[in-house]
Amino acid sequence: MSDVLAVADHRRGELRDVSLEIVRAGRELADDLGGDLHVAVIAGDVDAFAGRLSLEGVDAIHTVDAGEEFNHDLYAGATTALYEELAPTAVLMPNSVNGLDYAPAVANRLDLPLVSDAVGLSYDGGLEATREMYGSKVETTVELTEEPFAVTVRGGEWAAVEADADVPVEAFVYDFDESASGARVQGFEEVGAGDVDIAEAEFLVSIGRGIEEEENLELIEELVEATGATLSSSRPIVDNGWLPKNRQVGQSGKQVTPDVYLAIGISGAVQHVAGMKGAETIIAINTDPNAPIFDIADYGVVGDLFDVVPALTEQFS
Amino acid sequence: MKILVTVKEVAEPADDFEIEGTDVGEQFLEYDLNEWDDYAVEAAVQLSEAYDDVEVVSATIGPERAEETIRMALAKGVDRSIRVWDDDVAAAELDVAAKTRLFAAVVDEEEPDLVLSGVQAADDGFGATGVSLADEIGFDWAAVVNDLQTEDDLETAHVHRELEGGIEELTDVDLPAVLTIQTGLNEPRYASLRGIRQAQSKEIAEFGLDDLGLDADAVASPISRTAMYEPETESDATYFDGSPEEQAERLADVLRDKGVVSE
Repeated sequence: MSDVLAVADHRRGELRDVSLEIVRAGRELADDLGGDLHVAVIAGDVDAFAGRLSLEGVDAIHTVDAGEEFNHDLYAGATTALYEELAPTAVLMPNSVNGLDYAPAVANRLDLPLVSDAVGLSYDGGLEATREMYGSKVETTVELTEEPFAVTVRGGEWAAVEADADVPVEAFVYDFDESASGARVQGFEEVGAGDVDIAEAEFLVSIGRGIEEEENLELIEELVEATGATLSSSRPIVDNGWLPKNRQVGQSGKQVTPDVYLAIGISGAVQHVAGMKGAETIIAINTDPNAPIFDIADYGVVGDLFDVVPALTEQFS
Repeated sequence: MKILVTVKEVAEPADDFEIEGTDVGEQFLEYDLNEWDDYAVEAAVQLSEAYDDVEVVSATIGPERAEETIRMALAKGVDRSIRVWDDDVAAAELDVAAKTRLFAAVVDEEEPDLVLSGVQAADDGFGATGVSLADEIGFDWAAVVNDLQTEDDLETAHVHRELEGGIEELTDVDLPAVLTIQTGLNEPRYASLRGIRQAQSKEIAEFGLDDLGLDADAVASPISRTAMYEPETESDATYFDGSPEEQAERLADVLRDKGVVSE
């Protein structure tokens, strides 16, 4: 058989979106391979997760009832054990933060070639995967001459499967002693609490690397004051300590859905776009006409923010 | 205690670039220390400053050109460096498994107590070598670490893993371990003039496959890049041309039309 094993992702009792997307990616690959799609769900309330994963295109669900939350030793061990039982051609795992924490270990201990962060997959006698390079400036195709293989898939690239089906669920027994694991999860912490909730703002003025220096923030603050907007930013601004974490928009920051998102000096890396693509209207100001932010913008200004922003502030002063 | 930091010299295309074959033309590429590795170097150097008898060694897979980047890490406080390269490595298209084998051989030589690695490289973005290496060498690990605290016995690292959506996971990791470092963990220092001068006399040891007890099979990869192209633009943006004042005027009209600015 040329089956596919896809592993679901969840956190604090909720399946993550990528779990429904990986079902689509897995089904398409299984169709190319001419095999079945097996979905694994590990830890937590696996029966409830199995109910949610009982979706069209899934041939079997395997539940691993061990532990409450993600632990990479559990995930790597259980995925490896399931692989050895099912002998699939492909193992698909999410390129989420947790995927980054166990998928490479699965590939290593099973001696499988690993293609990570795939945004497209096809199989025609060999795997062809699409990936991005150089911060999304280019796409590449990579070919794999060996099978079986492991792939991690980027969230948001495949449409979620929503149609329910009646999929058989099998409990897979994997003994796991969390106390013996060299990495022990102690809890979770929400970061970015503060006086301002950028997720509630109707008009966000958001800044990125293009601002260059901390003192240039003043220019943006003048615009924010003149327009009554709320200030947010991409990751580097927070990494530099120029704004607090509660202002960060993106995959690891806040998801925002304002009426207008004015992106100033933001290139539009995929991790940032994941947090703001739900904005009703996106306006981008950037000197680089090839910046990915323009691909999702409704209005674009190719220009120097140090010229355009003061002129815009002037319009409202 | 010995800390090994994996350091990569990454390529970045200029704003205007052309693709030649399966890569960006060499003349359009600039090279620099991988941003994530810069934070890993800083974390290692901070530990060496906080504790007695800590040696920081960097390991790089890269050609002679990468020594400029390595010197930058040395100038920031790395004690000595290892660069892995030879004709077989140069001819290979290194995948995660190949890099794992090379770094695992360096770990065998150096026997570090802690390995720090950037979460990913800014060029190919595989984001997998650190965890793969940990599994290969039998170390514990944590990926995407954005906070790192240690106790005096240096037996356990208390880390935060930055999850999606503004959530951090608090995890204890037994040492020896591999930690993959996220940007924002610390504030990477600039190399001082004194540091740059001192770096010139620090050791960069060159290792080939033979030196590491490996042969060309160690870097063979079943994965090959077959095409590179600029993504088709999906943009249907309306662009505002003209002087900055004219562009600003049009932008202001949009903001007023959308009702987010009342004036």
